[in-house]
Amino acid sequence: MSDKAIQVTGLKKRYDSTSALSSVTFSVEKGEMFGLIGPDGAGKTTLIRILTSLLDPDEGTCRLLGISVHEDPKSIRKIIGYMPQRFSLYPDLTVGENLRFFADLFRVPRKERLKKTEELLEFSRLEPFVKRRAGALSGGMKQKLALSCALIHTPEILVLDEPTTGVDPVSRREFWSILKSLKKSGVSILITTPYMDEAERCDRIALIHHGEILAMGTARSVIDQFSGSIFSVSGPDLLGLSRWFKRQLRSDQVRILGDRVQLNLFSSTEKNVSDLVKDAKASGQVIDAFGRENPELEDTFITLIAEREKRNDQTISS
Amino acid sequence: MINTRILPLIRKEFIHIRRDPRSLVILLLMPLIMMFIFGYAINMDLKHIRIGICDLNRTPSSRELIETIRMSPYFEIVTYYNNPNRTEALFTKRLVRAVIIIPADFGKSHARSRFANIGVITDGTDANSATLVQNYLDGLFMGKSISSATNGSGPLVSVKSRMLYNPDMTSSHFVVPGIVAILLIMIGALLTSVTIAREKETGTMEQILVSPIRPYEVVLGKAIPYLVLSFTIAVFILVFGHLWFKVPMLGKWGFLLLFCVFYVFTALAIGLLISTVVATQQVAMMLSLVITMLPSVMLSGFVFPVASMPRPLQVVSQIIPATHFLKIIRGVMLKGNGPLELWPSVAAMSAVGLFFILLAVRRFKLKLK
Amino acid sequence: MTRPSPPDPSVDLTKNGLAVTVRNLSRRFGEFVAVDDISFDVKKGEIFGFLGANGAGKTTTIRMLTGLLEPSSGEGQVGGFDIHKDYEKIKTRIGYMSQKFSLYDDLKVVENLYFFGGIYGLSREHIRMRVAELDQSLNLLAVADRKTMSLPLGFKQRLALACAILHKPPILFLDEPTGGVDPIARRYFWDLISTLAGDGTTVFVTTHYMDEAEYCHRLSIMYKGKIIEMDSPSAIKKKYNSVSIEDIFIKLVDR
Repeated sequence: MSDKAIQVTGLKKRYDSTSALSSVTFSVEKGEMFGLIGPDGAGKTTLIRILTSLLDPDEGTCRLLGISVHEDPKSIRKIIGYMPQRFSLYPDLTVGENLRFFADLFRVPRKERLKKTEELLEFSRLEPFVKRRAGALSGGMKQKLALSCALIHTPEILVLDEPTTGVDPVSRREFWSILKSLKKSGVSILITTPYMDEAERCDRIALIHHGEILAMGTARSVIDQFSGSIFSVSGPDLLGLSRWFKRQLRSDQVRILGDRVQLNLFSSTEKNVSDLVKDAKASGQVIDAFGRENPELEDTFITLIAEREKRNDQTISS
Repeated sequence: MINTRILPLIRKEFIHIRRDPRSLVILLLMPLIMMFIFGYAINMDLKHIRIGICDLNRTPSSRELIETIRMSPYFEIVTYYNNPNRTEALFTKRLVRAVIIIPADFGKSHARSRFANIGVITDGTDANSATLVQNYLDGLFMGKSISSATNGSGPLVSVKSRMLYNPDMTSSHFVVPGIVAILLIMIGALLTSVTIAREKETGTMEQILVSPIRPYEVVLGKAIPYLVLSFTIAVFILVFGHLWFKVPMLGKWGFLLLFCVFYVFTALAIGLLISTVVATQQVAMMLSLVITMLPSVMLSGFVFPVASMPRPLQVVSQIIPATHFLKIIRGVMLKGNGPLELWPSVAAMSAVGLFFILLAVRRFKLKLK
Repeated sequence: MTRPSPPDPSVDLTKNGLAVTVRNLSRRFGEFVAVDDISFDVKKGEIFGFLGANGAGKTTTIRMLTGLLEPSSGEGQVGGFDIHKDYEKIKTRIGYMSQKFSLYDDLKVVENLYFFGGIYGLSREHIRMRVAELDQSLNLLAVADRKTMSLPLGFKQRLALACAILHKPPILFLDEPTGGVDPIARRYFWDLISTLAGDGTTVFVTTHYMDEAEYCHRLSIMYKGKIIEMDSPSAIKKKYNSVSIEDIFIKLVDR
């Protein structure tokens, strides 16, 4: 079995007139943690539903450990653990009862079930709360319980759809440390997240936008694809400065932070920063300082999307 | 006196109602279904009551009596017999629900005094219909006596008042007004409590409470639309009951509708009060049903007469708005009463409503807990 | 870890361009102390960020300042009005956007706008003008006739913001306004907030996205009902010698 954990080839899906996925191809190695990053409506959830055999694609194939999702959904469900975006546990059941229910659902043999439950409770540090109702847990604990339920049948592949959305930073860190130890035990993980700092913890990521993969690779290599540069400018009137720069550049290239204005000069931007600053000063803007900043994943992401949209506009207009 | 901040609340509430046509259909269908179930089930059942007749007299007089019973649509004589010992078997085999025993001296006493004793045995395991059987028989014999009474004969039997106004004992004439009373209180309380609970669930209540709005404005903004809606439903049920079930309307529609407004107002007050103690729609719904439906059915006089309840329950029945409204609606429709006769009930009902609304406004604070 | 020194209590609370002043504010729920003796000032036009984990007391603080919740003890003024006595007056001066984007799902976009404008006593004509004005930056009229439930989260967030600022409040309270919203929509949203603040609106915002701390002029980090750090983002980063507010936060909180 030298198959990849997940192999997706030429996946397409349309809803009515809108294309949710347009020819998506990627693969996830065994034991790899792969992140899907993208804005709302990018097609992340559609992709995950196809992977978990909840939805059929229009075109393309999808194999998990060499098994076709389309042809053998039954076997797929045995090897995959899925944690959907919305909290999908029974709030009136206790932590223990929820685990037991999912164990029954997946027909985990009785002997194994007890051992597995204990293991999961210890691992997720939910043991002290085993008798508490799921509805009374904090956001972070709910997510850990949902994860435990997704792991009850010892899946080889774990699929997580925005597991940490709305969870506070402390709980997020804990959740990620659990994922890390899972990965160490050999589970392959596919995760979607809107948090860029989480994306950076994945082995590889894919930036997805309008059903299309814009970039793929390690977080570092994706950031390195960023060909523009980030500058920050500060002065007494940040709002005035930002307004001036927005007139010179696209408005999504300028952002006001608490103590500075940040400029994202895409590779396609014609002006360079020293000319801009000179022009700004000439037109009466007061600039105390300006300097270069290191681009972050989010900058790369936003630039890639902006440039893709610009290209689309051009193809439409030409 | 509607100020500019209430209007948007009212307008918004009507949009909610309009956007949810399914609930509206249910709201109109539910009363119809209930009316058909109650109206017809009770009606059908009490026609063709199976009875047995044990004729120990066997004279032309007794035969005349039997003939009268036979002609009545309410009874179906399943057996004649003359051995009283058979009576019990008839009941245990569930062949009959009542037995009429015509004593051996029936003809003689009937001829002598126009008063005659007959024995009626009813099945006590079905107490409700037993009472009704007796009432039917009373009415039947009274009618017969009156029809054969000659000049100068004295009063015969005292007759229960409700029979006076409903001589056919048509149960739908009682049932339909009763259903109106129960449905209005249920729907009114349910609608109000659920919509407020919904706003609590979605967080919009919080959004409203941070605006400069006053508690009474929020309460009125909720109450007015549902007053209109509930009142529309009330008119719908009443007109339907009048046309379909031929419930008579001896009084004035104007009075009845006016009193309906009072009653619906009371229902909304209960809904508001419920909404101040619950946090979710589900609980609001359950609580509204339990609080309004059960007491209104059991303790208002809809099923059991208030006068025959134990003392403590009679007191409880006085704070149930349906008790008073039942008197009002039956009074107006079946007796042709107006405010002159009904003011005590109207006053009592309004007092109950006022009490609830004051309690609701007091509890409906702008602060969270 | 040092506790930040409390602001000087002798400062006249209604002057000095202070939009919000809070002294020794506490709120208890039974035995549980949700907010424990906090004091701070927010200047006019400032973006003041409240960082904290769930249950740290951020929402409770906002609720006390918006007049939704009675404080157990302590003093406070919002827009020059006392939070104990004049909360009705405070309500005319503030806008509030909650973490749930509390909108009516079955109402159309315009209907939501007219409703929330209406409960602030604005005339329909006035609302129409304000909506047209806001549309320049919020781009909501393109979906004016869509039901709110069918909108993407980023749109709902902007609509909720629009509803909260229709009446031009000088002070804006935002309780986790970016929860669940994707990075692009978040950037767009913050651009709106920064512009509002630049034009003089005071913004009091809670968040648990640590990267958003950068947008704030001043931060206050809350933990178990107490403010454990309060300063500008750059000063905090300097103090703890780290470039990541998140790392600092975890260090302060996870011990």
